[in-house]
Amino acid sequence: MDIRVQEAPFDLGAEANIFAGRQAGMGAVVTFTGIVRDLEAGLNMMEIEHYPGMTERAITEIASEAMTRWSLGDALVIHRHGRLGPDEVIMMVATAARHRVDAFEAAQYLMDYLKSRAPFWKKEITREGGQWVAARDEDEQALDRW
Amino acid sequence: MDVLYFAWVRERIGHPKDKIDTQAATVRELVEELRGREERYAAAFADLEALRVAVDQELTDFDAPLASAREVAFFPPMTGG
Repeated sequence: MDIRVQEAPFDLGAEANIFAGRQAGMGAVVTFTGIVRDLEAGLNMMEIEHYPGMTERAITEIASEAMTRWSLGDALVIHRHGRLGPDEVIMMVATAARHRVDAFEAAQYLMDYLKSRAPFWKKEITREGGQWVAARDEDEQALDRW
Repeated sequence: MDVLYFAWVRERIGHPKDKIDTQAATVRELVEELRGREERYAAAFADLEALRVAVDQELTDFDAPLASAREVAFFPPMTGG
């Protein structure tokens, strides 16, 4: 299990290759990537605030739960904070399992929980100023299926 | 005890952290105490439905005891991913 919370950009392709390369006996690797949307309203920046200490702890708990619930060989979460521009990569998750169903489901579980249980807050900064992104009811409801 | 604020809670209060000596037994009592401080605190804590709380870096609810808590954090619902 590899959990990283960082301000610096990362190389998505390299991370995916390293993750897939270090697995033994795993037939399936699923990756998900979150990217800053280029909004029509003219998004200039996305500012991501987090709670140092609790962030790492919360993600570790979420990932450990995923490892227990599914038959996973490994999991990776990289989540950035600070100021990001349109089209920049915000975060990625990767899961490795012997079979694809475990890898897919665990990746979805990780994403659903990272959305509303990891202490990050996004602020969109446009020409009109800054606006905190509101949590969506659907994101909270998404947890019910697990 | 350290009391931390994030996102718009931090902006409304005007700083990220207070060090507080409190007798509050629960998070709710601490909120009452903070509300009484100044108008900007009252504004930040006006609607508890819009807030989440963590005690010692674990998400909890407003009725949680503060017995030996070292750190309490208030913030809006999270928007990670």
